[in-house]
Amino acid sequence: MPSPRYWRERANRFRLEAARCKGCDRVTYPARTICPSCRGTDLETLNLSRKGKVVTSTVVHVGPSEFTMEAPYAMAVVETPEGGRLMVQVVDCEPSDVQPGLEVSLEFRLIRREGHSGILCYGHKGVPVG
Amino acid sequence: MAGIVGYGAYIPRNRIKSEEIARQWGKDPQAISRGLLLDEKSVPGLDEDTITISVAAGLGAVERAGIDPSVIGALYIGSESHPYAVKPSGTIVSEALGITPEVHVADFEFACKAGTEAMFVALGLVESGRVEYAMGIGADTSQGAPNDALEFSASAGGAAYLFGKENLLVEVLDTYSYTTDTPDFWRREGEFYPRHGGRFTGEPAYFKHVLSASRAILDRSGYKASDFRHAIFHMPNGKFPLSAGKQLGFTKEQLEVGWLVPTMGNTYSGSSPTGLAAVLDIAEPDDLILITSFGSGAGSDSFILRATDLLPQRVERAATVKSMLEGPRRYLTYGQYAKFREKIILND
Repeated sequence: MPSPRYWRERANRFRLEAARCKGCDRVTYPARTICPSCRGTDLETLNLSRKGKVVTSTVVHVGPSEFTMEAPYAMAVVETPEGGRLMVQVVDCEPSDVQPGLEVSLEFRLIRREGHSGILCYGHKGVPVG
Repeated sequence: MAGIVGYGAYIPRNRIKSEEIARQWGKDPQAISRGLLLDEKSVPGLDEDTITISVAAGLGAVERAGIDPSVIGALYIGSESHPYAVKPSGTIVSEALGITPEVHVADFEFACKAGTEAMFVALGLVESGRVEYAMGIGADTSQGAPNDALEFSASAGGAAYLFGKENLLVEVLDTYSYTTDTPDFWRREGEFYPRHGGRFTGEPAYFKHVLSASRAILDRSGYKASDFRHAIFHMPNGKFPLSAGKQLGFTKEQLEVGWLVPTMGNTYSGSSPTGLAAVLDIAEPDDLILITSFGSGAGSDSFILRATDLLPQRVERAATVKSMLEGPRRYLTYGQYAKFREKIILND
């Protein structure tokens, strides 16, 4: 993920900005300019709730080199109450505990470092509720 | 009158017990527990730092204030573990909180009192009328060298305070700062761990500044210790704040709500601000509160606060300190702790 792309995506990554189609009500994350359901172009911006439920998940045992310290770790597709779906790491728990239906809060965390001296990239991760 | 219109705190879920650290270094766990009054401490995950702690605490402050974050005119973060040497933590935090772009941002450093330093300046800007709202945050992922006394206390967490003039949760009645050049604890540029002067950190440093600031603000305001419902003093270990409170005439009951260090550890710049958040979580209208921070180098900031009728109505809008301290926790082995604190070096 080169720095310029990370920077361009900061509204999505930092504030969970999504788009809702005014034509068919579909919520897309990250925000798009054309609705993938009805091809409508009249969309409004909304911030997703910082909570959701795991739709599906997997455990990564051999990740990219930047994630060596974190493996094994859980990745999940999480759906928020607005209907937005995002792929996140689920942390602060045993990876095997991350199963469909698990309620998570979406917390602002460090996602990765661009090498030893590059920028730090932040975004959201899931953390089990309760 | 200016005061606190919102506040929030954050404590990571990872913990390590003092006895686990003591076992690693062949020390007597009972002696540590008795001597420093430390049972366990919070530990940041690999993905938690001053910026993520500040965002979590800041979100709580905005929730409790119930304002549009874009009207916040200043954001200051006090920490001795800013992730970047050059690039302000506040730029990322203000972007994540939805405050940018019309905001004045700066990162502060004053050892363990950088948090109240940020609060002090944020309050001053609101009082002067320069900005409508200003946020001051104290947060740290504290450093302590392996096998040093600091390793038993250095922990992670922080709190955020949003100041304004309307819909106050807490009135700020008075402030006072006391600063001298006292080399009790320091970290030179490029060094990973701080150094300290052992026993020199006590009487000439912590106690001189905490007691001087607290006595001065009490004298100036006309209040006496018995007028306060709660008092919070910086918590480098369990003993120091209890001793300072006792010397000032405060009882254990007045100190215990904000005395988080036995189970949270010393969150450095987040220490007394998080203690204050724990007090605000349970404070009742008209309760008087004294908070005195301490930062090595050295200095103390004191605030006299009074809770309003609105405070109890806003507490449940965000997570309480107690819910984070007593909620879900993961206890680490020393090996896991060493990994999380990046004390293990891997090949490229």
